[in-house]
Amino acid sequence: MQVIKGYRRENGKVGIRNHLLILPTVVCANQVCSRIQQKVAESVAIPHQHGCSQVGADKERTHKVLVGMGKNPNVGAVLIVSLGCEVINAEQVKAEIEATGKPVSWIDIQGEGGSVKSIQKGIDEANKLLQKIAAAPREDVLVSELIVGVKCGGSDFTSGLCSNPALGKAADILLHEGGTIVMGETTEIIGAEHLVAAKAVNQQVREKLFQCVKQFEQEVERMGVDMRGGNPSPGNIEGGLSSIEEKSLGCISKAGSAPLQDVIDFADEIPASGYYFMDSPGNDIECVSGMAAAGVHLVCFTTGRGTPTGNPIVPVIKITGNEITEKRMADNMDIDTSSVLKGKQTLDESGQEIYEAIIDVANGQETKAEILGHQEFSISRIGISL
Amino acid sequence: MAEQTFQEGLLCIVMHERDNVATLLKDVNKGEVITYIKGGESFQVTLIQDIKFGHKAAITSIRPNEVIMKYGEAIGTASVEIPMGTHVHVHNIEGIRGRGDKQNASN
Repeated sequence: MQVIKGYRRENGKVGIRNHLLILPTVVCANQVCSRIQQKVAESVAIPHQHGCSQVGADKERTHKVLVGMGKNPNVGAVLIVSLGCEVINAEQVKAEIEATGKPVSWIDIQGEGGSVKSIQKGIDEANKLLQKIAAAPREDVLVSELIVGVKCGGSDFTSGLCSNPALGKAADILLHEGGTIVMGETTEIIGAEHLVAAKAVNQQVREKLFQCVKQFEQEVERMGVDMRGGNPSPGNIEGGLSSIEEKSLGCISKAGSAPLQDVIDFADEIPASGYYFMDSPGNDIECVSGMAAAGVHLVCFTTGRGTPTGNPIVPVIKITGNEITEKRMADNMDIDTSSVLKGKQTLDESGQEIYEAIIDVANGQETKAEILGHQEFSISRIGISL
Repeated sequence: MAEQTFQEGLLCIVMHERDNVATLLKDVNKGEVITYIKGGESFQVTLIQDIKFGHKAAITSIRPNEVIMKYGEAIGTASVEIPMGTHVHVHNIEGIRGRGDKQNASN
């Protein structure tokens, strides 16, 4: 079986990167986090808009995503920065991340006495954490440990014709090797959910999937709008996609042909190997962030129109099927599948190429998004601000 | 969904035997003839307007409210009569799903 180089964490999980993560528990701590991150090379920060004036399931989701980002095995150590009066409980975030065995430090801006002192102390703490993880060895681990998210964004007609089905072939290879595939984007299976559900391992999983789709569609009904224009987006429409059904039918092939093991909630930890569906918005950044928080190691992201999306802790491999985009946005694209449309490469050959890129990136090769410093992060909301 | 194989030099592709639209693989001008393969047989359609790369052309005459099929599945319904060779897109087809606007209108 194929072997990759990974970081074996205290809890037995394997990471393919060794990031120091600087994590604000609330929007009010963003600037302090950014200043620390700027001063500590090799650290990544996840500024976000949330953490206060939230209640119920909405608050729980924000908490779950922040903890999940910290727990992701691509992260070697975490520095938490809180303000002190927010809704998110920093102590609990710390305890949950520490349960993985990785080093975690926490500073509180009100406790430290303002931004300047917090930044100074934060830089010291961050450097100490970096020293702790610098010597983490990369060891041989089986490819079956890999959890790969499959996502599409900035889709056009080529997404459904070549890049998504080619990614599906790569997914099949990884699943055959015992690995894990996670597909999200509930909004983007609308009109194709019967085909996804047909692969479910049992009736319960099938019903969960239909329920997720129903919830999203009910939201659209509640808003009283035609979702066309929002999804498919103006760019999707310019790229030839006429309805959400057409987009969805092109989307679903990226997960390959394996049975669907289960449907999990947004940012829930991936339970075992095989193919899983994560209930999530189609929004690129929210979906990739949810996958990262669920413990995905890397994301394969197909795009026809061309999008630069990255993530602070998870490498994102950009795959296009549009030869014009490949040329115009060469600095963002990792893999070009357009030769499939010209009959010069089969989907199987293209899928093999994607699979090999997954292995290379798992072994440490940087993606274009990593090289360019694309570290987009956002948390999807399911409630109002109070 | 059946897998299509792409051949060099093809101007368009029909993804499934049940489809009534073809997806263009190049920009095609009004009056040009496109050849597509469906069920192993080859057919021709003359485009009656310019259609861009990636967009769809009707390969049969489609009546108002008729279902538009791509990948062998419904992608919407015709909002007007769509003659063969016409550009099929948001101006002449409606999505069926995610239509909160229609839900409200019927309440």
